Amino acid sequence: MNLTGLIHLFLFPGMLFAIPAGWFFVWGEHKAVARMQRRIGPPLLQPFYDFVKLLGKRTPSRHGIEADLLRLYPAVSVLSLIGAIAMLPVIPDGQGFSGDGVLLVALLELPSICFILAGFTSGSIFGEIGSIREAVLSVANNLVFLLAIVTVSVAKQTFSLSELAAPTFNPGHWIGVFGILLCIPAKLRLNPFSTSSAEQEIYAGPLTEYAGAPLGLWNMAHGLEWLALTGLVATLVIPAGGPWWWHAILFVVISFGEVLLLSAIAAATARFTLQRSIRFYWEWAAVLAVLAISSSLYMRYRP
Amino acid sequence: MSLLQKLLHKCRRKSPWIFHLNTGSCNGCDIELITCLSPRYDVEQIGIHLEGSPRHADILCITGPVTRNTLEAVKTVYSQVCEPKAVVALGSCPASCNVFAGSPVIEGPLSKHIPVDVYVPGCPPHPDAIIAGIAKAAQILADRSVSDKMKGELQK
Repeated sequence: MNLTGLIHLFLFPGMLFAIPAGWFFVWGEHKAVARMQRRIGPPLLQPFYDFVKLLGKRTPSRHGIEADLLRLYPAVSVLSLIGAIAMLPVIPDGQGFSGDGVLLVALLELPSICFILAGFTSGSIFGEIGSIREAVLSVANNLVFLLAIVTVSVAKQTFSLSELAAPTFNPGHWIGVFGILLCIPAKLRLNPFSTSSAEQEIYAGPLTEYAGAPLGLWNMAHGLEWLALTGLVATLVIPAGGPWWWHAILFVVISFGEVLLLSAIAAATARFTLQRSIRFYWEWAAVLAVLAISSSLYMRYRP
Repeated sequence: MSLLQKLLHKCRRKSPWIFHLNTGSCNGCDIELITCLSPRYDVEQIGIHLEGSPRHADILCITGPVTRNTLEAVKTVYSQVCEPKAVVALGSCPASCNVFAGSPVIEGPLSKHIPVDVYVPGCPPHPDAIIAGIAKAAQILADRSVSDKMKGELQK
Protein backbone atom coordinates (compact mmCIF):
# COMPACT_ATOMS: atom_id res chain seq x y z
CA MET A 1 0.00 0.00 0.00
CA ASN A 2 1.40 3.40 -0.94
CA LEU A 3 0.95 6.86 0.60
CA THR A 4 -2.27 7.53 -1.34
CA GLY A 5 -3.72 4.33 0.05
CA LEU A 6 -2.92 5.41 3.61
CA ILE A 7 -4.48 8.82 2.96
CA HIS A 8 -7.63 7.10 1.66
CA LEU A 9 -7.78 4.82 4.70
CA PHE A 10 -7.01 7.33 7.45
CA LEU A 11 -7.91 10.79 6.10
CA PHE A 12 -10.37 11.00 3.22
CA PRO A 13 -12.76 9.25 2.75
CA GLY A 14 -11.48 6.97 5.54
CA MET A 15 -11.36 7.29 9.32
CA LEU A 16 -10.83 11.02 9.94
CA PHE A 17 -13.61 12.02 7.55
CA ALA A 18 -15.90 9.01 7.90
CA ILE A 19 -16.52 9.08 11.67
CA PRO A 20 -17.67 12.74 11.92
CA ALA A 21 -19.52 12.37 8.61
CA GLY A 22 -21.30 9.26 9.97
CA TRP A 23 -22.41 11.24 13.04
CA PHE A 24 -23.52 14.09 10.77
CA PHE A 25 -25.60 11.66 8.70
CA VAL A 26 -27.22 10.18 11.84
CA TRP A 27 -28.04 13.74 12.92
CA GLY A 28 -29.44 14.41 9.43
CA GLU A 29 -31.66 11.32 9.75
CA HIS A 30 -33.07 12.45 13.12
CA LYS A 31 -33.41 16.06 12.02
CA ALA A 32 -35.24 15.12 8.81
CA VAL A 33 -37.68 12.91 10.73
CA ALA A 34 -38.19 15.74 13.27
CA ARG A 35 -38.87 18.29 10.53
CA MET A 36 -41.33 15.88 8.90
CA GLN A 37 -43.20 15.83 12.23
CA ARG A 38 -42.95 19.65 12.56
CA ARG A 39 -40.50 19.35 15.44
CA ILE A 40 -37.19 21.16 15.87
CA GLY A 41 -35.18 18.01 16.45
CA PRO A 42 -31.79 17.29 18.06
CA PRO A 43 -28.80 19.68 18.10
CA LEU A 44 -26.01 19.12 15.56
CA LEU A 45 -23.64 17.56 18.09
CA GLN A 46 -26.20 15.11 19.55
CA PRO A 47 -24.61 11.91 18.11
CA PHE A 48 -21.23 13.08 19.49
CA TYR A 49 -22.74 13.75 22.96
CA ASP A 50 -24.36 10.30 22.91
CA PHE A 51 -21.10 8.61 21.93
CA VAL A 52 -18.98 10.32 24.61
CA LYS A 53 -21.64 9.67 27.25
CA LEU A 54 -21.73 5.97 26.33
CA LEU A 55 -17.92 5.79 26.57
CA GLY A 56 -18.20 7.11 30.13
CA LYS A 57 -20.77 4.53 31.26
CA ARG A 58 -19.92 1.38 33.13
CA THR A 59 -20.79 -1.89 31.39
CA PRO A 60 -22.24 -5.00 33.05
CA SER A 61 -19.46 -7.36 34.15
CA ARG A 62 -19.39 -10.45 31.97
CA HIS A 63 -16.80 -13.19 31.76
CA GLY A 64 -15.68 -15.83 29.30
CA ILE A 65 -15.77 -16.06 25.55
CA GLU A 66 -19.20 -14.40 25.24
CA ALA A 67 -17.91 -11.22 26.84
CA ASP A 68 -15.01 -11.05 24.37
CA LEU A 69 -17.27 -11.80 21.41
CA LEU A 70 -19.79 -9.14 22.43
CA ARG A 71 -16.96 -6.59 22.52
CA LEU A 72 -15.46 -7.88 19.27
CA TYR A 73 -18.58 -7.64 17.04
CA PRO A 74 -19.04 -3.83 17.12
CA ALA A 75 -15.29 -3.28 16.69
CA VAL A 76 -15.21 -5.57 13.62
CA SER A 77 -18.26 -3.76 12.22
CA VAL A 78 -16.65 -0.33 12.60
CA LEU A 79 -13.33 -1.46 11.10
CA SER A 80 -14.92 -3.23 8.11
CA LEU A 81 -17.08 -0.20 7.37
CA ILE A 82 -14.10 2.17 7.53
CA GLY A 83 -12.36 -0.20 5.09
CA ALA A 84 -15.42 -0.17 2.81
CA ILE A 85 -15.63 3.64 2.87
CA ALA A 86 -11.89 3.97 2.18
CA MET A 87 -12.38 1.77 -0.90
CA LEU A 88 -15.06 4.03 -2.42
CA PRO A 89 -13.54 5.75 -5.47
CA VAL A 90 -14.39 9.27 -4.30
CA ILE A 91 -11.14 10.66 -5.64
CA PRO A 92 -10.72 9.01 -9.04
CA ASP A 93 -6.93 8.71 -9.14
CA GLY A 94 -6.91 5.00 -9.97
CA GLN A 95 -4.40 4.14 -7.26
CA GLY A 96 -4.10 3.76 -3.50
CA PHE A 97 -6.37 1.59 -1.35
CA SER A 98 -8.15 0.06 -4.30
CA GLY A 99 -10.23 -3.07 -4.44
CA ASP A 100 -13.04 -4.45 -6.48
CA GLY A 101 -16.79 -4.66 -6.04
CA VAL A 102 -16.65 -8.15 -4.53
CA LEU A 103 -14.47 -7.03 -1.61
CA LEU A 104 -16.71 -3.99 -1.08
CA VAL A 105 -19.84 -6.17 -0.92
CA ALA A 106 -18.12 -8.47 1.58
CA LEU A 107 -17.07 -5.54 3.80
CA LEU A 108 -20.58 -4.07 3.66
CA GLU A 109 -22.10 -7.42 4.63
CA LEU A 110 -19.82 -8.04 7.62
CA PRO A 111 -21.61 -5.59 10.01
CA SER A 112 -24.95 -7.26 9.27
CA ILE A 113 -23.47 -10.68 10.11
CA CYS A 114 -21.92 -9.27 13.31
CA PHE A 115 -25.31 -7.74 14.23
CA ILE A 116 -27.00 -11.13 13.84
CA LEU A 117 -24.28 -12.93 15.83
CA ALA A 118 -24.41 -10.28 18.58
CA GLY A 119 -28.09 -10.98 19.16
CA PHE A 120 -27.51 -14.74 19.43
CA THR A 121 -24.40 -14.37 21.61
CA SER A 122 -26.11 -12.03 24.08
CA GLY A 123 -28.47 -14.85 25.09
CA SER A 124 -31.39 -12.44 25.40
CA ILE A 125 -34.65 -13.76 23.97
CA PHE A 126 -35.34 -10.34 22.41
CA GLY A 127 -31.86 -10.36 20.91
CA GLU A 128 -32.48 -13.76 19.38
CA ILE A 129 -35.83 -12.70 17.88
CA GLY A 130 -34.17 -9.58 16.45
CA SER A 131 -31.31 -11.66 15.02
CA ILE A 132 -33.68 -14.10 13.33
CA ARG A 133 -35.57 -11.19 11.77
CA GLU A 134 -32.35 -9.52 10.64
CA ALA A 135 -31.06 -12.80 9.15
CA VAL A 136 -34.26 -13.39 7.18
CA LEU A 137 -34.40 -9.78 5.99
CA SER A 138 -30.73 -9.92 5.03
CA VAL A 139 -31.35 -12.98 2.83
CA ALA A 140 -34.32 -11.18 1.25
CA ASN A 141 -32.61 -7.89 0.41
CA ASN A 142 -29.21 -9.32 -0.49
CA LEU A 143 -30.69 -11.15 -3.49
CA VAL A 144 -31.71 -7.80 -4.96
CA PHE A 145 -28.55 -6.00 -3.74
CA LEU A 146 -26.17 -8.52 -5.30
CA LEU A 147 -28.14 -8.64 -8.57
CA ALA A 148 -28.07 -4.83 -8.69
CA ILE A 149 -24.28 -4.76 -8.14
CA VAL A 150 -23.81 -7.42 -10.83
CA THR A 151 -26.08 -5.42 -13.18
CA VAL A 152 -23.92 -2.34 -12.77
CA SER A 153 -20.79 -4.45 -13.27
CA VAL A 154 -22.12 -6.16 -16.39
CA ALA A 155 -23.14 -2.78 -17.83
CA LYS A 156 -19.54 -1.60 -17.39
CA GLN A 157 -17.98 -5.04 -18.01
CA THR A 158 -15.77 -4.73 -14.95
CA PHE A 159 -15.75 -5.27 -11.18
CA SER A 160 -13.10 -2.62 -10.58
CA LEU A 161 -14.61 0.15 -8.46
CA SER A 162 -12.72 3.04 -10.02
CA GLU A 163 -14.01 2.05 -13.46
CA LEU A 164 -17.54 1.45 -12.16
CA ALA A 165 -17.62 4.94 -10.70
CA ALA A 166 -17.93 6.90 -13.94
CA PRO A 167 -21.57 6.56 -15.06
CA THR A 168 -22.58 6.13 -18.69
CA PHE A 169 -25.88 6.35 -20.48
CA ASN A 170 -26.25 2.58 -20.34
CA PRO A 171 -29.75 1.93 -18.90
CA GLY A 172 -28.46 -1.17 -17.04
CA HIS A 173 -26.21 1.05 -14.91
CA TRP A 174 -29.07 3.28 -13.80
CA ILE A 175 -31.48 0.41 -13.09
CA GLY A 176 -28.71 -1.20 -11.00
CA VAL A 177 -28.19 2.04 -9.04
CA PHE A 178 -31.94 2.21 -8.41
CA GLY A 179 -31.84 -1.42 -7.18
CA ILE A 180 -29.04 -0.58 -4.72
CA LEU A 181 -31.02 2.45 -3.49
CA LEU A 182 -34.04 0.19 -2.96
CA CYS A 183 -32.03 -2.10 -0.64
CA ILE A 184 -30.56 0.67 1.56
CA PRO A 185 -33.58 1.02 3.93
CA ALA A 186 -33.47 -2.71 4.75
CA LYS A 187 -29.68 -2.67 5.21
CA LEU A 188 -29.95 0.34 7.56
CA ARG A 189 -32.99 -1.12 9.37
CA LEU A 190 -35.08 1.96 8.60
CA ASN A 191 -38.85 2.11 8.34
CA PRO A 192 -40.65 0.36 6.71
CA PHE A 193 -38.04 -2.45 7.06
CA SER A 194 -37.26 -1.94 10.76
CA THR A 195 -38.58 -5.25 12.11
CA SER A 196 -35.17 -6.45 13.30
CA SER A 197 -34.62 -3.59 15.74
CA ALA A 198 -38.30 -2.83 16.35
CA GLU A 199 -38.16 -0.39 19.28
CA GLN A 200 -40.47 -1.15 22.20
CA GLU A 201 -41.86 -4.22 20.39
CA ILE A 202 -38.80 -6.44 21.02
CA TYR A 203 -37.02 -3.96 23.36
CA ALA A 204 -33.87 -3.11 21.40
CA GLY A 205 -33.53 -6.24 19.22
CA PRO A 206 -30.02 -7.75 19.03
CA LEU A 207 -28.58 -4.81 20.99
CA THR A 208 -30.84 -5.34 24.04
CA GLU A 209 -27.97 -6.53 26.26
CA TYR A 210 -25.44 -3.95 25.05
CA ALA A 211 -24.40 -0.99 27.21
CA GLY A 212 -21.66 1.61 27.43
CA ALA A 213 -18.75 1.74 24.98
CA PRO A 214 -19.73 -1.30 22.85
CA LEU A 215 -23.17 0.25 22.33
CA GLY A 216 -21.45 3.51 21.36
CA LEU A 217 -19.44 1.57 18.77
CA TRP A 218 -22.65 0.06 17.39
CA ASN A 219 -24.11 3.56 17.03
CA MET A 220 -20.92 4.66 15.29
CA ALA A 221 -21.18 1.62 12.98
CA HIS A 222 -24.73 2.69 12.11
CA GLY A 223 -23.47 6.14 11.09
CA LEU A 224 -20.66 4.59 9.04
CA GLU A 225 -23.18 2.24 7.39
CA TRP A 226 -25.17 5.30 6.34
CA LEU A 227 -22.05 6.85 4.80
CA ALA A 228 -20.87 3.63 3.12
CA LEU A 229 -24.20 2.78 1.47
CA THR A 230 -25.27 6.28 0.42
CA GLY A 231 -21.66 6.94 -0.61
CA LEU A 232 -21.67 3.83 -2.82
CA VAL A 233 -24.69 5.17 -4.72
CA ALA A 234 -23.12 8.65 -4.84
CA THR A 235 -19.89 7.36 -6.42
CA LEU A 236 -21.93 5.49 -9.04
CA VAL A 237 -23.79 8.62 -10.15
CA ILE A 238 -21.09 11.33 -9.96
CA PRO A 239 -20.10 12.24 -13.53
CA ALA A 240 -16.49 11.63 -14.56
CA GLY A 241 -14.02 14.46 -15.06
CA GLY A 242 -13.36 17.61 -13.07
CA PRO A 243 -10.96 18.27 -10.20
CA TRP A 244 -10.78 15.99 -7.12
CA TRP A 245 -12.31 18.55 -4.76
CA TRP A 246 -15.37 18.83 -6.99
CA HIS A 247 -15.81 15.04 -6.74
CA ALA A 248 -15.46 15.23 -2.94
CA ILE A 249 -18.10 17.99 -2.64
CA LEU A 250 -20.51 16.14 -4.94
CA PHE A 251 -19.93 12.94 -2.93
CA VAL A 252 -20.95 14.61 0.33
CA VAL A 253 -23.88 16.54 -1.16
CA ILE A 254 -25.39 13.56 -3.01
CA SER A 255 -24.89 11.22 -0.02
CA PHE A 256 -26.56 13.69 2.33
CA GLY A 257 -29.39 14.17 -0.18
CA GLU A 258 -29.98 10.41 -0.06
CA VAL A 259 -30.01 10.55 3.75
CA LEU A 260 -32.76 13.19 3.66
CA LEU A 261 -34.76 11.23 1.07
CA LEU A 262 -34.55 7.91 2.94
CA SER A 263 -35.32 9.58 6.29
CA ALA A 264 -38.38 11.25 4.78
CA ILE A 265 -39.56 7.85 3.50
CA ALA A 266 -38.87 6.34 6.94
CA ALA A 267 -40.88 9.06 8.68
CA ALA A 268 -43.78 8.70 6.27
CA THR A 269 -44.15 4.92 6.47
CA ALA A 270 -45.12 2.44 9.17
CA ARG A 271 -43.21 -0.76 9.98
CA PHE A 272 -43.88 -3.70 7.65
CA THR A 273 -44.24 -7.18 9.08
CA LEU A 274 -41.37 -9.53 8.30
CA GLN A 275 -43.47 -11.45 5.78
CA ARG A 276 -44.45 -8.29 3.93
CA SER A 277 -40.82 -7.09 3.85
CA ILE A 278 -39.70 -10.38 2.28
CA ARG A 279 -42.53 -10.28 -0.24
CA PHE A 280 -41.51 -6.75 -1.22
CA TYR A 281 -37.96 -7.85 -2.01
CA TRP A 282 -38.62 -11.31 -3.45
CA GLU A 283 -41.75 -10.50 -5.45
CA TRP A 284 -41.36 -6.90 -6.62
CA ALA A 285 -37.76 -5.84 -6.27
CA ALA A 286 -36.39 -9.21 -7.45
CA VAL A 287 -38.45 -9.00 -10.64
CA LEU A 288 -36.92 -5.58 -11.31
CA ALA A 289 -33.44 -6.90 -10.53
CA VAL A 290 -33.82 -9.93 -12.83
CA LEU A 291 -35.11 -7.69 -15.63
CA ALA A 292 -32.18 -5.34 -15.08
CA ILE A 293 -29.55 -8.07 -15.18
CA SER A 294 -31.18 -9.68 -18.23
CA SER A 295 -31.20 -6.37 -20.11
CA SER A 296 -27.58 -5.73 -19.11
CA LEU A 297 -26.54 -9.21 -20.29
CA TYR A 298 -28.45 -8.69 -23.54
CA MET A 299 -26.70 -5.36 -24.14
CA ARG A 300 -23.37 -7.04 -23.40
CA TYR A 301 -23.78 -10.11 -25.65
CA ARG A 302 -26.25 -8.84 -28.25
CA PRO A 303 -25.48 -10.04 -31.74
CA MET B 1 -10.65 19.67 36.35
CA SER B 2 -9.42 18.16 33.12
CA LEU B 3 -10.89 18.89 29.73
CA LEU B 4 -11.99 15.28 29.38
CA GLN B 5 -14.00 15.40 32.62
CA LYS B 6 -15.65 18.65 31.55
CA LEU B 7 -16.58 17.08 28.22
CA LEU B 8 -18.01 13.98 29.91
CA HIS B 9 -19.98 16.17 32.34
CA LYS B 10 -21.49 18.12 29.45
CA CYS B 11 -22.28 15.00 27.41
CA ARG B 12 -24.02 13.32 30.36
CA ARG B 13 -26.16 16.41 30.83
CA LYS B 14 -26.97 16.67 27.12
CA SER B 15 -27.85 13.04 26.47
CA PRO B 16 -30.26 11.62 29.05
CA TRP B 17 -31.72 8.36 27.73
CA ILE B 18 -34.72 7.21 29.70
CA PHE B 19 -36.40 3.90 30.42
CA HIS B 20 -40.03 3.88 31.51
CA LEU B 21 -41.27 1.40 34.11
CA ASN B 22 -44.89 1.10 35.22
CA THR B 23 -45.28 -0.31 38.72
CA GLY B 24 -49.07 -0.56 38.82
CA SER B 25 -49.92 2.95 37.67
CA CYS B 26 -53.44 3.82 36.47
CA ASN B 27 -51.79 4.85 33.13
CA GLY B 28 -52.43 8.55 33.71
CA CYS B 29 -48.73 9.37 34.26
CA ASP B 30 -47.71 6.96 31.47
CA ILE B 31 -49.86 8.85 28.98
CA GLU B 32 -48.36 12.15 30.13
CA LEU B 33 -44.82 10.75 29.72
CA ILE B 34 -45.62 9.56 26.19
CA THR B 35 -47.07 13.03 25.48
CA CYS B 36 -43.60 14.46 26.17
CA LEU B 37 -42.28 12.45 23.21
CA SER B 38 -44.94 13.81 20.85
CA PRO B 39 -44.18 16.59 18.34
CA ARG B 40 -45.78 19.23 20.61
CA TYR B 41 -43.14 18.87 23.34
CA ASP B 42 -40.23 17.50 21.27
CA VAL B 43 -37.88 16.26 24.01
CA GLU B 44 -35.29 15.29 21.40
CA GLN B 45 -34.22 18.94 21.46
CA ILE B 46 -32.54 18.39 24.83
CA GLY B 47 -31.29 14.93 23.92
CA ILE B 48 -33.95 12.92 25.78
CA HIS B 49 -34.54 9.58 24.11
CA LEU B 50 -36.89 6.80 25.22
CA GLU B 51 -34.94 3.55 25.11
CA GLY B 52 -36.32 0.05 24.71
CA SER B 53 -33.75 -1.63 26.97
CA PRO B 54 -32.82 -0.61 30.55
CA ARG B 55 -29.17 -1.41 29.68
CA HIS B 56 -29.11 1.60 27.32
CA ALA B 57 -30.75 4.01 29.75
CA ASP B 58 -29.31 6.61 32.13
CA ILE B 59 -32.52 7.64 33.85
CA LEU B 60 -35.23 5.32 35.14
CA CYS B 61 -38.69 6.94 35.04
CA ILE B 62 -41.04 5.09 37.40
CA THR B 63 -44.79 5.54 37.59
CA GLY B 64 -47.24 3.81 39.95
CA PRO B 65 -47.40 3.04 43.68
CA VAL B 66 -45.22 -0.17 43.52
CA THR B 67 -47.59 -3.09 43.85
CA ARG B 68 -46.51 -6.39 45.37
CA ASN B 69 -46.34 -8.02 41.93
CA THR B 70 -44.02 -5.36 40.49
CA LEU B 71 -41.60 -4.98 43.41
CA GLU B 72 -39.10 -7.57 42.14
CA ALA B 73 -39.31 -6.07 38.64
CA VAL B 74 -38.43 -2.63 40.05
CA LYS B 75 -35.34 -4.01 41.81
CA THR B 76 -34.27 -6.05 38.75
CA VAL B 77 -34.68 -3.20 36.28
CA TYR B 78 -32.90 -0.79 38.65
CA SER B 79 -29.94 -3.17 38.81
CA GLN B 80 -29.95 -3.52 35.00
CA VAL B 81 -29.46 0.21 34.41
CA CYS B 82 -25.69 0.82 34.24
CA GLU B 83 -23.90 3.38 36.41
CA PRO B 84 -24.02 6.38 36.51
CA LYS B 85 -27.82 6.39 36.78
CA ALA B 86 -30.66 8.41 38.25
CA VAL B 87 -34.28 7.67 39.17
CA VAL B 88 -37.23 9.96 38.52
CA ALA B 89 -40.51 9.19 40.35
CA LEU B 90 -43.35 10.42 38.13
CA GLY B 91 -46.62 11.39 39.81
CA SER B 92 -47.88 11.24 43.35
CA CYS B 93 -48.10 7.42 43.50
CA PRO B 94 -44.38 6.53 43.76
CA ALA B 95 -43.88 9.45 46.18
CA SER B 96 -46.69 8.75 48.65
CA CYS B 97 -48.82 5.87 47.25
CA ASN B 98 -51.53 8.54 46.71
CA VAL B 99 -55.08 7.14 47.11
CA PHE B 100 -53.70 3.59 47.30
CA ALA B 101 -51.90 4.23 50.62
CA GLY B 102 -52.76 1.64 53.23
CA SER B 103 -53.71 -1.06 50.75
CA PRO B 104 -52.32 -4.52 51.67
CA VAL B 105 -51.07 -5.11 48.10
CA ILE B 106 -49.09 -1.86 47.87
CA GLU B 107 -45.37 -1.99 48.75
CA GLY B 108 -44.66 1.72 48.14
CA PRO B 109 -43.52 4.40 48.44
CA LEU B 110 -40.73 3.83 45.95
CA SER B 111 -37.97 5.31 48.14
CA LYS B 112 -38.32 2.34 50.56
CA HIS B 113 -36.80 0.08 47.88
CA ILE B 114 -34.49 2.13 45.61
CA PRO B 115 -32.92 5.61 45.93
CA VAL B 116 -35.00 8.29 44.18
CA ASP B 117 -33.31 11.43 42.85
CA VAL B 118 -36.18 13.55 41.55
CA TYR B 119 -39.88 13.58 42.43
CA VAL B 120 -42.32 15.03 39.90
CA PRO B 121 -45.56 15.42 41.90
CA GLY B 122 -49.00 15.60 40.32
CA CYS B 123 -51.87 13.29 39.52
CA PRO B 124 -50.89 13.18 36.74
CA PRO B 125 -47.99 15.69 36.40
CA HIS B 126 -47.95 18.10 33.46
CA PRO B 127 -45.61 17.11 30.57
CA ASP B 128 -43.62 20.33 31.11
CA ALA B 129 -43.03 19.28 34.73
CA ILE B 130 -41.92 15.79 33.58
CA ILE B 131 -39.42 17.29 31.10
CA ALA B 132 -38.11 19.64 33.82
CA GLY B 133 -37.76 16.65 36.17
CA ILE B 134 -35.80 14.60 33.63
CA ALA B 135 -33.55 17.60 32.85
CA LYS B 136 -32.93 18.01 36.60
CA ALA B 137 -32.11 14.30 36.89
CA ALA B 138 -29.65 14.63 33.99
CA GLN B 139 -27.91 17.45 35.86
CA ILE B 140 -27.76 15.35 39.06
CA LEU B 141 -26.40 12.42 37.02
CA ALA B 142 -23.66 14.57 35.51
CA ASP B 143 -22.74 16.19 38.84
CA ARG B 144 -22.60 12.83 40.64
CA SER B 145 -19.47 11.81 38.76
CA VAL B 146 -17.53 14.97 39.71
CA SER B 147 -16.40 16.18 43.15
CA ASP B 148 -17.83 19.22 44.99
CA LYS B 149 -14.78 21.30 44.09
CA MET B 150 -15.29 20.53 40.42
CA LYS B 151 -18.99 21.40 40.71
CA GLY B 152 -17.96 24.87 41.93
CA GLU B 153 -15.65 25.27 38.95
CA LEU B 154 -18.41 24.23 36.54
CA GLN B 155 -20.88 26.68 38.06
CA LYS B 156 -18.43 29.54 37.54
